[in-house]
Amino acid sequence: MKKYDKIVTNAVGREVPTIINGEKHVPFKGVGKFRPTGRKFAPKIPTCADYPADGNKLVPSLKEALIKAGLKDGMTISSHHHFRNGDLIAVQIFDIAKELGVKDLRWYPSASFPCQEALIKYLEDGTINRIEGSMNGALGRFCSQGKMKGIGVLRSHGGRYTAVQDGDVQIDIAVIAAPTADAFGNANGVNGPAACGLLGFALADSQYADKVIVVTDNLVPFPCIPWQIHGNYVDYTVKVDVVGLPEKIISGTTKITKSPDRLLIAELTAQFCDEAGIVKDGFSYQAGAGGTALSIGNFFADMLKERKIKARFIRAGSNMYPVKMLEEGYVDYILDGQTFDLEGVRSMRENPGHVNTSPFTSYNYHSKGNFATMVDVVILGATEVDVSFNANVVTHSDGYLLHGIGGWQNCLFSKCTILPIPLFRDRIPIIKDEVTTICGPGELIDVIVTERGIAINPLRKDLIEKLKGSKLPIKTIEELKDEAEKICGKPGKPNIGSEIVAAIKWVDGTIIDVVRKVEE
Amino acid sequence: MGKIVTSGNKGKRVRSDCFITLELTESNGIDIQLESKVKVLFGDAINELLNKVLDFFEIKNAKLKIEDAGALPFVIAARAEAAIKKLIKTEKEFLLDMIDENKYQTTKDRYRFSRLYLPGNSPSLMINAGIHKPNGIILDLEDSVSVNKKSEAQLIVRNALRQVNFYGAERMVRINQIPLGLADLNYLIPHHVNLLLVPKCESADQIHQVNKRIDEIKKQHGLEYPIWLMPIIESALGVIKSFEIATSAKNIVSLAIGLEDYTADIHTKRTNEAEESFFARSMLVNAAKAANIQAIDSVFSDVGDMEALKQNVLKSKSLGFDGMGCIHPRQIKVIHENFAPDAADILKAKKIVNAFIIAEEQGLGVVSLGTKMIDPPVVKRAQTTIDLAIDMGFISKNWREEFLMEK
Repeated sequence: MKKYDKIVTNAVGREVPTIINGEKHVPFKGVGKFRPTGRKFAPKIPTCADYPADGNKLVPSLKEALIKAGLKDGMTISSHHHFRNGDLIAVQIFDIAKELGVKDLRWYPSASFPCQEALIKYLEDGTINRIEGSMNGALGRFCSQGKMKGIGVLRSHGGRYTAVQDGDVQIDIAVIAAPTADAFGNANGVNGPAACGLLGFALADSQYADKVIVVTDNLVPFPCIPWQIHGNYVDYTVKVDVVGLPEKIISGTTKITKSPDRLLIAELTAQFCDEAGIVKDGFSYQAGAGGTALSIGNFFADMLKERKIKARFIRAGSNMYPVKMLEEGYVDYILDGQTFDLEGVRSMRENPGHVNTSPFTSYNYHSKGNFATMVDVVILGATEVDVSFNANVVTHSDGYLLHGIGGWQNCLFSKCTILPIPLFRDRIPIIKDEVTTICGPGELIDVIVTERGIAINPLRKDLIEKLKGSKLPIKTIEELKDEAEKICGKPGKPNIGSEIVAAIKWVDGTIIDVVRKVEE
Repeated sequence: MGKIVTSGNKGKRVRSDCFITLELTESNGIDIQLESKVKVLFGDAINELLNKVLDFFEIKNAKLKIEDAGALPFVIAARAEAAIKKLIKTEKEFLLDMIDENKYQTTKDRYRFSRLYLPGNSPSLMINAGIHKPNGIILDLEDSVSVNKKSEAQLIVRNALRQVNFYGAERMVRINQIPLGLADLNYLIPHHVNLLLVPKCESADQIHQVNKRIDEIKKQHGLEYPIWLMPIIESALGVIKSFEIATSAKNIVSLAIGLEDYTADIHTKRTNEAEESFFARSMLVNAAKAANIQAIDSVFSDVGDMEALKQNVLKSKSLGFDGMGCIHPRQIKVIHENFAPDAADILKAKKIVNAFIIAEEQGLGVVSLGTKMIDPPVVKRAQTTIDLAIDMGFISKNWREEFLMEK
């Protein structure tokens, strides 16, 4: 079997395969152009007759649960990333698979982290065929070097839910690490010694997987309340000593930046939003983790306090900063997809206005709407942007795959999408003629804010009009690109081969671009 | 084996800089070993630049190792030149283009609310300094550069003056104490420096020495542009002689005070209340004002406490200072906002300028506001306040229309 086949040119001009890992895929057709037909995927019908009437689904170990779930060659195994870099379960799954001699597994995580680098040995020995999910750091480098047996597939958080719901990816066994659960399988993320906030990324897995295993270190008598995951979907429960390391949920990027340059970018962004008329009573925004985004949230908070108005909701990635706003009364709701620190976890437990969401409510593109489109302004990052405003979040300019898509693509549908980014990083200009990998089409990206100027997408005539006469440094994207190249010099071309190592999915399941092998 | 020299900085926290190890060899041509985190995109450009520098100094055989952390060309060239000059004696200078954006001049009476100190051997801090819009940037060759790095810093500062866009900030350099600092001037005067800070100044003679050397270099290069001086008073003797220093040359635009050294000199400690330096600061303000130049206050070193900085600025302004130094870009805004005219100042200035315009329109020789006569210097000061308020975005260019409407 060829790893990929039948290359076509898609709607953003990228050459992409329509057969990957033996499965058919649709090339990107343009935003909102691909219309799915048919019905959603339906899991097998279970019967209560097969499950214990006393609700006790406990089995002695994860290994036994995996054996009972029928772990075998070629299966798709899913896990969630709410513990972020404190995950302990994903590696154990494949340790067990290796021990049992199972091969060619597809790992379908909602995201990967450095703590899972140990899986490289299983990618090398064939226990794992490929990763479909984010590939960060060392896993991304491994994939970029063309060492993965199958082709990687990267999806956004919303795209992952959609793929499961649509049946594009059929999960054989979902393993859900839960900070608290009962023996029936009801589970939540807010309680227990390893509380991580919520379990929204595991929702699709619980609903659609063939077999579902809940693993916890905090087993409580029925009922486990709140039941963010319903035991009615769960086949087996397992009690372990430690399920995850909550202190490692916190990543280094969840503090307000101290860098004067980044603070300047944050200040310019907040001021832009204000002059564009976005910051007003009842507005909503998303500012994720990352020092610059958090600082922008802080500038918004200052504006709200000064004017004695409040925001209706913050879409988060929550941590101490939005929590403080909620508790001081400057926002009605935090609609939270994942908590980034323990203050976020505490708040979700204590504050009714701190709401746990899932990729279904926030991001699922094949549904009757989602709230990502209703957010007034989102603040996102990018590794590169091109003069057509296309942006890249997965590869660096040297060609290496180093990041996942996260919720980034899904958020592009907000009313105003702003990328605050430095004009260059370590001599490498961010604005290019063409991005290395297109993750988001330019038509959805409205504003680029750099320390040396702000570029508004020419499609957003309304924003251009509103900012007329502004003292902000409004420039064209070409001017910004030239300015960076004047300072840094024009970068040379990386040595990227033709062999495809990973595919980038758009939110509707079509292929928007591919990642190619880096020749070293 | 030849002598091995190094230049530049390296280490985990070093960015936008490089470390060069150089050895001249007998044969085998130029051997460049490149380690860089931007190698894939800029490896060829770095190699080309290094070869150009070596060729310029007529080096045919050498082993050069560069450990690069994203250094810009002006840094790489300076580091290579510094290493070469540790091995061969030469008067030649490898000069990169002087960018057009840096050829501006400054005026004697421009605002000098803020001036941002940048250590002369730390290029990473220079690259984005101008975007924070300080009135001036100071490339420092004195206290922030260790003795064994002075010559490396001279080249970095020279190249920065030629290549780094400071976006309109007055381009200042703090030279070393006289007489050592005279040797710095060769690297500064031909490269469009706007102003020199003369540290630990204690006599008119030191200023005369600096100006003599400036004039020699200007003549040699046929340069016309003005180079201003800002003596820094940092000792009891300097304080006592401040008027002599302030009036020692026409190109002196302000006196600055350096309180760390001053408080050490009078055997006391620097406190937040600053009572120990009240005399010195007041003396300096009076000397400066008597000489019709600006008085500039010392830096405020707690970069985390913006409220304390604000109080410090307000106190400084009330003593008669026109500006102060800063050591962190986030201090700039606070300094500008609090040295700037306040709402009452602006309203008063509006009234005066408006009265002046009316007087002009009516062909009156005398400007009056109510029953009060307004002298020409008062009108001039009011106009300056208005210009500044417009520049800082406090009032619009069409302020008068709004002003008349409100009336």
